[in-house]
Amino acid sequence: MAKPAMIAASPFSTSRLVAALAPVLAFVVALPVLIIVASLFGSEGGETWGHLWRTALATYVVNSFILMLGVGALTLILGIPAAWFTAVCEFPGRRLFTWLLPLPLAFPAYIIAYTYTGLLDYPGPVQTFVRDVTGWGRGDYWFPPIRSLGGAIVMLGLVLYPYVFLLARAAFLERSSATLEVSRTLGYGVRQSFFRLALPLARPAIATGVSLALMETLADYGTVQYFGVGTFTTGIFRTFYGFDDLTAASQLSAALLLFIVLLIYMERYSRRRARYDTGSADRFEHRIRLSGGQAVGAWVSCLLPVVLGFILPGAVLLKWALFDAVWGSSFMALIWNSFYLAALAAVIAVACALVLGYARRNSNTKLVRVSLGVSGLGYAIPGAIIGIGVIVPLAWLDHRLIDLVKSLTGEQIGLVLSGSIVALLFAYTVRFLAISLGAVQNGLDKIKPSLDYATRSLGRRPIQVLAEIHVPLMRSSVLTALLIVFVDVMKELPATLILRPFDFNTLAVRAYELASDERLADAAAPSIMIVLVGVLPVILLSRTISRGHAGRD
Amino acid sequence: MMRTITMRTIAFAATIALLCGALLAPNTLSAEDGKTVNIYSARKEALILPILERFRDETGIAFSLVTGKADALLKRLQLEGEASPADVFITVDAGRLHRAKEAGVLQTIGSDVVNAAVPAHLRDADGYWAALSKRARTIMYANDRVDPTALSTYEGLTDPMWKGRICIRSSGNIYNQSLVASMIEANGAEAAEVWAEGMVANFARPPAGGDTDQLRAAAAGECDLAVANTYYFGRLAASAKEEDQAVAAALTAFWPNQGEGDRGVHVNVSGVGITANAQNRDSAIRLIEFLVSPEAQTWYAEVNHEYPVVPGVPVSETLASFGTFEEDSLNLTVLGVNNRQAVEVMDRAGWP
Repeated sequence: MAKPAMIAASPFSTSRLVAALAPVLAFVVALPVLIIVASLFGSEGGETWGHLWRTALATYVVNSFILMLGVGALTLILGIPAAWFTAVCEFPGRRLFTWLLPLPLAFPAYIIAYTYTGLLDYPGPVQTFVRDVTGWGRGDYWFPPIRSLGGAIVMLGLVLYPYVFLLARAAFLERSSATLEVSRTLGYGVRQSFFRLALPLARPAIATGVSLALMETLADYGTVQYFGVGTFTTGIFRTFYGFDDLTAASQLSAALLLFIVLLIYMERYSRRRARYDTGSADRFEHRIRLSGGQAVGAWVSCLLPVVLGFILPGAVLLKWALFDAVWGSSFMALIWNSFYLAALAAVIAVACALVLGYARRNSNTKLVRVSLGVSGLGYAIPGAIIGIGVIVPLAWLDHRLIDLVKSLTGEQIGLVLSGSIVALLFAYTVRFLAISLGAVQNGLDKIKPSLDYATRSLGRRPIQVLAEIHVPLMRSSVLTALLIVFVDVMKELPATLILRPFDFNTLAVRAYELASDERLADAAAPSIMIVLVGVLPVILLSRTISRGHAGRD
Repeated sequence: MMRTITMRTIAFAATIALLCGALLAPNTLSAEDGKTVNIYSARKEALILPILERFRDETGIAFSLVTGKADALLKRLQLEGEASPADVFITVDAGRLHRAKEAGVLQTIGSDVVNAAVPAHLRDADGYWAALSKRARTIMYANDRVDPTALSTYEGLTDPMWKGRICIRSSGNIYNQSLVASMIEANGAEAAEVWAEGMVANFARPPAGGDTDQLRAAAAGECDLAVANTYYFGRLAASAKEEDQAVAAALTAFWPNQGEGDRGVHVNVSGVGITANAQNRDSAIRLIEFLVSPEAQTWYAEVNHEYPVVPGVPVSETLASFGTFEEDSLNLTVLGVNNRQAVEVMDRAGWP
């Protein structure tokens, strides 16, 4: 009986290495976040806190809270029905919607805010038309103010609902077969099987999607700043720029972070007793065919997010870019820079997520669990603050390196890491690891450990288990992670702005510079390139997920 | 097996990509053979790169440029310390130059050419920085709805007659912070706070958007007065687009605080300093001398409708059409010193 003995003697050969590597990796990635959290223990910043406490802090907190509730609700309203209809129902246009619905993800929130402001504010075409037709003037009519808290909720909701849509849809697809069978035996209709079975079963995936959307919401500065809405993040930057008090700004960021940790913990705690064993990977052949009013309902709930989140703002951008914009030079360089940074960052973030995910799977120790927890926190911190958090350790390392080289060779070298691509990639990993980690873990959760043992007991070597079981099963999760990080890095601005090397620009930087110089039409050109370069992977992503469920789609 | 190959291919491609990335990473050392100058600029690329290219063509000195927000660049300078590759720090307001000086990341410029070209009140008293262009923040009124004789001073904007008629952007904006900083200097912090409260009471709408947005809103009739920097107005007036020209045509720039003995229009500057650890000090000085040359000064006036700091340099036709004015000649360092207090004042006044 040689084979069982071998199994006992060599548990996954690399698993111990991975388990040892994970905490180190997590520490490195969490370092900028830890530096920011450490500011809480400093003695400075008190004066600024006192001032904020007496004046604007309450407004910031209330606004941020309403913003979160609003965006959370909107992502659910837009994301879940669309996910359900495209996952388990059949109606005209379903295939088209399946790949159209994730597209708003390619829009940076502040860009869609510019386009809607251009359309809907007082001097814009819509209100001008209303005034021309009715003869009304200022104060004669009420029009929903786009530059408002409500406007910010809509803007962020429109670009962030795809997180919920993508994750909920994947969850519905995985469980649809079993769910529908059970619901049939219970005599449930479509609505009942959705509310009583599918929705509760998809809750972990939906929670992940919403928490990603909310973390992005809380880290958003571009949109709320443009709309003049004072949020917690506005407060952070006001403290940094206006008061020149980086310590207090870091403390505010840390407070925000603690709040988010609490939120995530509460969500997990509330479903601590629930267990979500994945259904078997069997397929179901019959979608629920919708017709008449139901089909129209499905159609509208899929069309609305696409039109508002992509087609309308895309059309405005296209109009600006084609008719109003001055296309600057060196566009190819910008596209290439954005593209290769995003691609590299995606590979790195997913590689890190795989190491951490497998460490958790193979040796679920407390250390590994904590490592996973802290390594994803960067997503909730505004990019500009992360940027500073990244420079601190890199500059420290650079100075040690300079001293070392000087003492060894007597030569004076310059900065090696800070102000290089390395700094940017580090920052992106810190900021977006949460996303890749979420997707990778969702993928790993699908592979029951019993499957590993079964395969091993059939005499397969660990590497074969990985190649024959994990790679095919993980493929769609890993690709999802790669592509979401790619799109997010394409859009990323504040950290890029602070950390980038000399003579190095990206599409997002160009778009920001033109927009902040109040040349919105000119900013449309790089913006539309961000969307275009981002849309390709999003389409690829939808197709991959569909193919991952071949036979159902 | 197919899967394994795909995985390997991906891994291989990723490794190659990584290597490319590492090789592409620009060297931050400045040890090229030729002369060079490295610039951290809070001035946007579109408004600095063309003039830097002229400098390179005329002097043969190469340059490297990073643009960004002034506070972030300043923090980067501080953290990089003596190893920082930056030689020159350019900002678009005097307050940030003052912060840089206070943070110890600048050294004195010490150029006779610069001292001769730039008037003393537009340079740091200790010689750490010099202004490159002036930007006036003034009041624009809607021609068909406002009688300009009703306008007088910034202080006058709080008069109840302007209730619900003023557009101005949010207090997070540095131009507003500088304006309030200058009012604190002129009238004291308490009076400035009362003024800010009066402004809030007269807002036509909650502050949002940029200066151009305020101008468009005033032209469209959402408000009757807009407070904005003149170059935004200049750009609209000089724009090739009809709708922009229409906005400019509907408005007129009013110069406040011009009375006998009054302080004049609030002016901020863009400016430049040499970093404390500049490794290319000579090139940096050459660059600054170029930036205050008539050629560069004219360029800023023509391209971005900013006022030259060097006396006698002609302004653009558009700027000239706005007329002339007396400017507030307070020491610009004050804007930096009072900045924090200005933000506090606006916070207390409930200016979002």
